[in-house]
Amino acid sequence: MIQLTGITRIFHMGGQTIYALNRIDLEIQDGEYVAIMGPSGSGKSTLLNVIGLLDKPDSGSYRLDGKTVTDLSEAEQAQIRREKIGFVFQSFHLVPRLTAAENIELPLILSGLEPSERKLRVNDALRAFDLSDRATHRPSELSGGQRQRVAIARATIMQPTAILADEPTGNLDHQIGAEVIALLEHLHQTGTTLIVVTHDRELGDRAHRQLMLRDGKIITDKKHDAG
Amino acid sequence: MTLADTFHLSFKTVLSYRLRSVLIILAMTLGVAAVVVLTALGDGARKYVVNQFSSIGTNLLVVMPGRAETSGAFPGAVLGQTPRDLTLKDAQLLGRLPQVRRYAPLNVGEAELSATNRLREVTVLGSNADLIPIRHMKLAQGSFLKRGADYSAQIVLGSQLAREFFPNTPAIGQRVRLNERRFLVSGVLAPQGKTMGHNTDEIVIIPVEQAQSLFNTTSLFRILVEAKSHDAIEPAKQAILETLKQSHDGEEDITVITQDAVLATFDRILHALTLAVAGIAAISLIVAGILVMNVMLVAVNQRTSEIGLLKAIGAPAADIRFLFFAEAMWLSTAGAIFGFLLGQLGSLMLRLAYPDLPAWAPAWASIAGILVALITGILASILPANKAARLDAVQALSKK
Repeated sequence: MIQLTGITRIFHMGGQTIYALNRIDLEIQDGEYVAIMGPSGSGKSTLLNVIGLLDKPDSGSYRLDGKTVTDLSEAEQAQIRREKIGFVFQSFHLVPRLTAAENIELPLILSGLEPSERKLRVNDALRAFDLSDRATHRPSELSGGQRQRVAIARATIMQPTAILADEPTGNLDHQIGAEVIALLEHLHQTGTTLIVVTHDRELGDRAHRQLMLRDGKIITDKKHDAG
Repeated sequence: MTLADTFHLSFKTVLSYRLRSVLIILAMTLGVAAVVVLTALGDGARKYVVNQFSSIGTNLLVVMPGRAETSGAFPGAVLGQTPRDLTLKDAQLLGRLPQVRRYAPLNVGEAELSATNRLREVTVLGSNADLIPIRHMKLAQGSFLKRGADYSAQIVLGSQLAREFFPNTPAIGQRVRLNERRFLVSGVLAPQGKTMGHNTDEIVIIPVEQAQSLFNTTSLFRILVEAKSHDAIEPAKQAILETLKQSHDGEEDITVITQDAVLATFDRILHALTLAVAGIAAISLIVAGILVMNVMLVAVNQRTSEIGLLKAIGAPAADIRFLFFAEAMWLSTAGAIFGFLLGQLGSLMLRLAYPDLPAWAPAWASIAGILVALITGILASILPANKAARLDAVQALSKK
């Protein structure tokens, strides 16, 4: 469970103080499907980064699964990212000189798993994401949809409790984007919390809960059932 | 992340940036090779000089007239005196000292050697029979100044002179002239080549009394003394000084240099030279280290978004720092190994080109070269590695 209380994130730009997040209170249950929406500069990416422990709020408290994580050390926060959170980015962020399989393997390497165990899990993931015949290809040899599938495989290889996706279809055409969304929704159906940042209303409407941000504040928080 | 994975992952990085890696390794290689080759050259020169100097004798002391002063004038000069000459009588006195195994008086001059129809200028040494063992010379044929025959007009020819003057007949028993004086060839030196800049193949040796009369002098140029053992060198030196002081009316007007002391001095000077050269070569290693730092800083900039990604998927700063360390370690280790091999190859080529020069890099220099390469490589990666580890994840990810 994600609990944010009074989270504020301030940026200083050219002498101006910008509230990217302004005293945000938010609770997301395990297994929820949330879309974070809003115009550019509304703070939606910052909110996702704070939830993913990539960004430190200037004030407020963040409890993850009942434990305050805002004042953990850098290494402890890294461990939480490794074990509980999977990131999916608009620009995929694959390491260009590693193969698809090696990119998927990275989080397993970071967690210090045995190579034999890693191989098993990577092979499973390649099969699950229909990438088996692309295992030894480098990102430059993959299509956009394949790249995003590699990125999602990498985000899920550690079986995180939450997937955080920042405009996951932003660099994909409509049909491929729909496939990627279907993949993410499938993960959600298996019990993973799914939080998607998007400015695509159609995509946002698919989520069971929509948060609308403006100027660092949540202005609406709508819930509806799947469908 | 495990250590093995860190090294494996950074090794892949080194391989994938091939040109960049080859260039850094080349810089490191040249630096280490320079240390190895230059110290091989320096140490080879040292060994060469020491060998040359050792080959002129064992436990050798050289007595020469006059007193070498490091400061002030020769004491006699104030009183209008000149230093006394060394004489044959002095040499004989030294021969009786208990610390002395043998001695050879020495006179040196130039004279015209003629025989049959040939004539040439030669260097003439006047000495006694013990010159041969003291100076480690060898006779190819005949004998040299048999004992008891010191005053006879015998002459020993250098090997090249023997060949030049008597190409078809044995030289032994032939008559030659030195400045119109007649001599009988009693021996021929074995070819020795150059030692200490003198070509012993082109000299002649005659009894010292003959030389004194030939050059119209009663003094000696040097007295060579061989001590009975290495331990006897210093006592022999003191005894020589004491004896000649007495025989020169209490005036200490001679200088005794020991082969040991000269050897030690040469050894020290050339060793210092080797160190200096190694130091200069090490500067190129430092330069290579700075190159490593530069390239690693560029790498951090190039891979900023990748570093951001590593942070996002849960790499702690320490892991990222160590990835860059490991990368620099691969580069500098490869440079050190290739540099060592290239340096050995260079030394081998030096030895092939100059067979007289024992150009082996001393172990300390090879080890120091390799260590300096590793240490500069690792030191140079500290700054870039820290920069990478401290990057802000969000900003790093947003960079294309």
